[in-house]
Amino acid sequence: MVSATGVSFFNGMLVGSICCVFITMFGQINMRHRGRTQDHEHHHLRLPNTKDFLNISEAQRMELSKNIRIYCIILGESNDEHYWAVLKETWTKHCDKAELYNTKNDNLFNKENDKWTQMRKTYQHVFEKHGDNYSWFFLAHPTTFAVIENLKYLLFTKDASQPFYLGHIATSGDLKYVTMKGGTVLSMEALKRLNSFLNKTKKCAEQRAFWELSADMQLAVCLKYVGVLAENAEDSEGRAIFNTKPIAHLIRETMSNNRQPVVEGCCSDMAVTFSGLTPQKMTVMMYGVYRLRAFGHYFNDTLIFLPPNGSEND
Amino acid sequence: MASKSWLNFLTFLCGSAIGFVLCSQLLSILLGEQKDIQPNILHNDPHGRHSDDNGQSPLEGQMNFDADVSQHKDENTDIAEYLYQKVKILCWVMTGPQNLEKKAKHVKATWAQRCNKVLFMSSEENKDFPAVGLKTREGRDQLYWKTIKAFQYVHEHYLEDADWFMKADDDTYVILDNLRWLLSKYNPEEPIYFGRRFKPYVKQGYMSGGAGYVLSKEALKRFVNAFKTDECTHSSSIEDLALGRCMEIINVEAGDSRDTTGKETFHPFVPEHHLIKGYLPKTFWYWNYNYYPPVEGPGCCSDLAVSFHYVDPTTMYELEYLVYHLRPYGYLYRYQPALPENMLKEISQVYKHEDPKVKREPSKEKHA
Repeated sequence: MVSATGVSFFNGMLVGSICCVFITMFGQINMRHRGRTQDHEHHHLRLPNTKDFLNISEAQRMELSKNIRIYCIILGESNDEHYWAVLKETWTKHCDKAELYNTKNDNLFNKENDKWTQMRKTYQHVFEKHGDNYSWFFLAHPTTFAVIENLKYLLFTKDASQPFYLGHIATSGDLKYVTMKGGTVLSMEALKRLNSFLNKTKKCAEQRAFWELSADMQLAVCLKYVGVLAENAEDSEGRAIFNTKPIAHLIRETMSNNRQPVVEGCCSDMAVTFSGLTPQKMTVMMYGVYRLRAFGHYFNDTLIFLPPNGSEND
Repeated sequence: MASKSWLNFLTFLCGSAIGFVLCSQLLSILLGEQKDIQPNILHNDPHGRHSDDNGQSPLEGQMNFDADVSQHKDENTDIAEYLYQKVKILCWVMTGPQNLEKKAKHVKATWAQRCNKVLFMSSEENKDFPAVGLKTREGRDQLYWKTIKAFQYVHEHYLEDADWFMKADDDTYVILDNLRWLLSKYNPEEPIYFGRRFKPYVKQGYMSGGAGYVLSKEALKRFVNAFKTDECTHSSSIEDLALGRCMEIINVEAGDSRDTTGKETFHPFVPEHHLIKGYLPKTFWYWNYNYYPPVEGPGCCSDLAVSFHYVDPTTMYELEYLVYHLRPYGYLYRYQPALPENMLKEISQVYKHEDPKVKREPSKEKHA
């Protein structure tokens, strides 16, 4: 009677929960296993070698430095006016052009738009307005701090008319994609291909999978259709250049992952991004990266980047 | 009956669906990312000491950022090395038996290595660390005793090994290269000392203990001598204030440690507290203590900062990384300070090879 129905209901709930736990655990183990092996599977982009640039005059170096133009897009939702103000006041000043797309306020987006729709609308909008004027397009999450000079150095010897899609890599099944948090770099060619594909077909415009793919995975799916594959970037020691966490987290993580008494430094000298930062931490990073330094240490750098005009925190 | 088993089956399905959904929600909350919650610690007492427990689990292990020399093969450290020889600094770090593994270890793994000589001063000796035993008790009220005895120890054993003598806490981060630049303009035979200058209680001001202070050789000699002649005594347990009063009595000048643009170099807090406008409330003691007009925001802190205080172990490594490793490639810093003339001449003789940086930066001094 009633109790029998109740019993079957509870049985159902039990079975459902157990299934869920198993699937999640299986997924986690899979991700971790992939995480460990992924280092040897994907393409690596390496920083340029100094030997590539011997015998260039200072004037030539300045010219070359000006040739890379990066367009920065910050995409995210924020009720916090302050957050956007901090972004404008800090690292985005070092982009050749930066645009903040606040998905809560911007006319480009509707309320029902999911994150992937927001992302592709942004990319299409950016391509239409600026596709010809910039060689690289850098998409960042609002909690990301980026050192654009290091990004320019990384991209210095790369040809923007080739399809490049770079950032911090993750894998899901067969799909290799750039995680949103670490920052996403698209060359002019990659953006062009993406845009024309989105204009032509609805193939990756809408979510069709039963399991909802995150926006960054959807981007990878789309780009794969037009022959653009995700690539990782590392320094000469094999350290990641695009990071998805703040420095303090990476320090603690590296120490807890390595049980030796003394551990190698967690992070690259030429890191481009750290993410998950509060606005306060962004201000500290600005000082820590662009101002705080040790007297008497000089570098023979090939490129020269000037500080932006009318600024006092860098 | 058939309908009943149908009903049971349906309720079973319903139950499993609901169970699945609830479970997935629960799991996503449990496995979700933890936010970075930093406790907002405002140190309400200018002479306040440190809370040993700020909620973070202790940092096991140490990190060595210099393990990879290849990242620095483009780095020219001639001037830093020259200053290392020219401006010899002995550092002593105020610590205690409980803090050797918790805090002092991380000082030893980071900035302490850049001192010409470093000593860890504790109430009891530890041969393994190693730490000097000052034969005092531990505790807040012992700080001035420890300071007096520490300077006496240094005077007795290491007077001729250095020109300048720096005191720091085990939660102070010191940038030795910048300290050498600051001190390069001064003569260690002059009676002078530097730190973050506070104005109350002492006419010429006194230096904050936590931000660290550095005595010239002459200042150290006078200080130690003053306790032999009773010019100075253990007048109070407030270490920095008592030392500052003694310095005034023995005519050791309280120097101006600000950089050439007037920005402070010794800091009583971590960078965040100084850089964020409004972080320190206007009623906070700090605003009335600072000798020079205090500034918050980007003008708070010199590019060539010398010290920060209340630095926990993780932040020690973070600062180490930010100062000595992470940098914007090719960036032309706005502030380009110079060395004193006599040193520049000496450097160009010592390092006869062409170094454009040596030529370029002394003639131009750009102000922010």
